[in-house]
Amino acid sequence: MEFALSEEQVLFADSLRGLLSERVTIDALRRHAETGSGFDEGLWNNLVELGLPGLLVPERFGGAGLGMVDAAVAAEVIGGATAFAPFAGSVVMATLAFIHGATEAMQAAWLPRIAAGEVRFGVGISRNGGQVQAAIDAGAATHLLVYLPDGNAAVITADEASAQMHRSIDRTRPVVDLTFDPTQAAMLNAANAPQVAMQRVLDAGRVVLAADTLGAAQHMFDSALTFVKQREQFGRIIGSFQAVKHQFADMVTMLEPCRGMVWYAAYAQDALPDEARVTALQTKAHLGDVGREIARMATEAHGGMGFTDLLGLHYWFKRIMFNRQMLGGPELCREEAGRLQGWT
Amino acid sequence: MDLSLSDKHRALQDEVRAFVREHGHKSPKLGGGRKRPDQKTRDWQKLLVDNGYVGRTIPREYGGFGAAPDVLEAAVIASEFAAAGIYAGMTNQGISMLVPTLLEVGTEEQRKQWVEKTIRGDVIWCQGYSEPGAGSDLASLTTRGVLQDGHWVIDGQKIWTSSAHYADMMFLLCRTEPDKPKHEGISYLLLSMKTPGIEVRPLRTMTGRAEFNEVFFTDVRVPEHQIVLGRGKGWYVANVTLKHERSMIGNAEKMTTRLEQLIALLKANGLLGVAEYRDRLLKLQGEVIAWKAHNLRLLTEAAQGVDSGVKRMIVKYGGTMLGFRLASLAIDALGTAGLPFESAGEDAEDDDATTWNIDYLYDVGLMIGGGSNNIQKNIIAERGLDLPREPKVARA
Ligand SMILES: Cc1cc2nc3c(=O)[nH]c(=O)nc-3n(C[C@H](O)[C@H](O)[C@H](O)COP(=O)(O)OP(=O)(O)OC[C@H]3O[C@@H](n4cnc5c(N)ncnc54)[C@H](O)[C@@H]3O)c2cc1C
Repeated sequence: MEFALSEEQVLFADSLRGLLSERVTIDALRRHAETGSGFDEGLWNNLVELGLPGLLVPERFGGAGLGMVDAAVAAEVIGGATAFAPFAGSVVMATLAFIHGATEAMQAAWLPRIAAGEVRFGVGISRNGGQVQAAIDAGAATHLLVYLPDGNAAVITADEASAQMHRSIDRTRPVVDLTFDPTQAAMLNAANAPQVAMQRVLDAGRVVLAADTLGAAQHMFDSALTFVKQREQFGRIIGSFQAVKHQFADMVTMLEPCRGMVWYAAYAQDALPDEARVTALQTKAHLGDVGREIARMATEAHGGMGFTDLLGLHYWFKRIMFNRQMLGGPELCREEAGRLQGWT
Repeated sequence: MDLSLSDKHRALQDEVRAFVREHGHKSPKLGGGRKRPDQKTRDWQKLLVDNGYVGRTIPREYGGFGAAPDVLEAAVIASEFAAAGIYAGMTNQGISMLVPTLLEVGTEEQRKQWVEKTIRGDVIWCQGYSEPGAGSDLASLTTRGVLQDGHWVIDGQKIWTSSAHYADMMFLLCRTEPDKPKHEGISYLLLSMKTPGIEVRPLRTMTGRAEFNEVFFTDVRVPEHQIVLGRGKGWYVANVTLKHERSMIGNAEKMTTRLEQLIALLKANGLLGVAEYRDRLLKLQGEVIAWKAHNLRLLTEAAQGVDSGVKRMIVKYGGTMLGFRLASLAIDALGTAGLPFESAGEDAEDDDATTWNIDYLYDVGLMIGGGSNNIQKNIIAERGLDLPREPKVARA
């Protein structure tokens, strides 16, 4: 038994963090926020060079063949950097949709292109067939993968849908509403149990959104901790005031167990089928709640500076807001976890 | 990342499961605060020691099982006991705190004399640290120990001393070097509770039981050699004890067991159908999943010999709060059915509602004892996060 990241995972996270800290500077963030498309060609190309799009793609299709723990590690780094890059939808959910729900031929057709970074999928869930509200990563997608009520998914090019992009509260990722004609779409052919395949994909999305929140919350915490060790008031470093210390103790006591939880949920997706669904839902819910608390407390710890645009801390704050609502807010996730356990 | 067990650990798991099947029915009931161990508990304790489920890594010459240290073995055992809902052995202060301390800094004679009897439950210890004037600021303690013709003569008072009313022995902190700075003037002594001059006055607590006591010392004579490590080393020894305090409080197994009991309770009384109760239960389930995963991280780091730093420091504070939230939901789910409360006395086995009530009340005590929540938060912030210490107030 070993519940820790491997050396490779730590190295991978470090190199991704290094790249993102160079490319996603606060100035770049501000420039990107103007478009709010969630996509930057230069950054994407860098991520392709690093092999990120093929993270979960099996090696025989040109990917790295890694698992959900690796995806969660990457998501934590991406959230920590508030990186404007399609990850949860394109790199994780769409890839897994093909792996779990497509024929070999379809996998062979799409997975190598995903791994090479040539195609980027937005992912949506349609309740009625032709309409999607708030698709993920669809801002500059080349293609769209939309789950239909029966659990099968339509695969279309971006041109085949009419899309309405909204810059979201989180300027690093847009919200896109779609309308398309499912009768014309190529269907992802999940021969057996399409609902099961769909749930696996949605749960994987929940785990990486939770990991993204973990990274963003950790960034806010670290930033606040650095701030209170420098700022002086009343002739003292403010971090020496007990009220401030206790807020940090509360934050770390909430936040640190979240890392284990995210790892566990990610690991469960690949290795613990009996626990996979409930842990994914619970992790999404818990990180949503803890993320909100950390975002508020870390902002407060910065004083007026935390509330300004000057520092840009609000980008992380809003990243956490966005993650909380996507793929089900905490109450909805918990309710589903309850239903799965026969509690409703 | 790999949560599968090695062959060795799987074999141990099978062994523990077989043990539980054969002997589980002899286990005393879980929970319900700190009670005087009854015969059933002591018999069970001996069975656990003989099978290596308690004192597993303690050398055979001191009455242990003599296994090589392996935190994962301990975890396998603990989680099997928790899963079966049976008692994993006494976690009193003698076993959890004194024994590891003696193994680290005691003399050969002290180990031979005390370790075996303590782990088998034949000797019960109490911890004589807190005083009326020295609680959170423990190092300001004033109980005196003066060396006179081969004996430490103790005068003073301890308070909140758990189990002192039935303990056989005490490990005591007292001031033997009044001229030295406060942390350097303290010694750590071992003494029999039968020594003349000791008066124990039980203090009833909010659970309705007398879990702790006042202990008065008047010319209590303790043989000189019953000091651990030496004069003025008491603060250091007390910290060794703390380091070893195998988070009796806040451990993940306890949370798992409580959650399972809570689920059963809400199922039984139909409250799972009420959205607010269900959502509270689900929230707690999420917290317990996080807590267990955190525990797995700590376990892995311990096995690797890594110091977990702040990750370990949050366990007592986070754990007591989570335990209390779990008990709180149980109390709310019991509703008026949980209000009738007749503590049947220390030696009786409690019904479920009483056990929840006692757990709920006792958890508040756990937030205070062993370093209060505020002190834990100071430690987390100052030692864990490196925030500056409070400026010392100048004394007039
Ligand atoms: C159930 C239980 C069992 C116990 N068992 C034992 C035992 O077996 N042996 C033993 O020796 N002792 C025992 N104790 C005593 C325990 O260790 C003390 O109660 C504890 O250390 C607090 O000391 P105090 O009661 O004097 O409270 P105080 O130190 O007076 O604290 C009162 C309040 O002030 C706060 N406070 C104090 N200092 C600070 C500070 N610097 N910053 C912020 N807040 C502060 C505390 O958090 C607390 O909320 C037990 C206590 C309980 C409740």
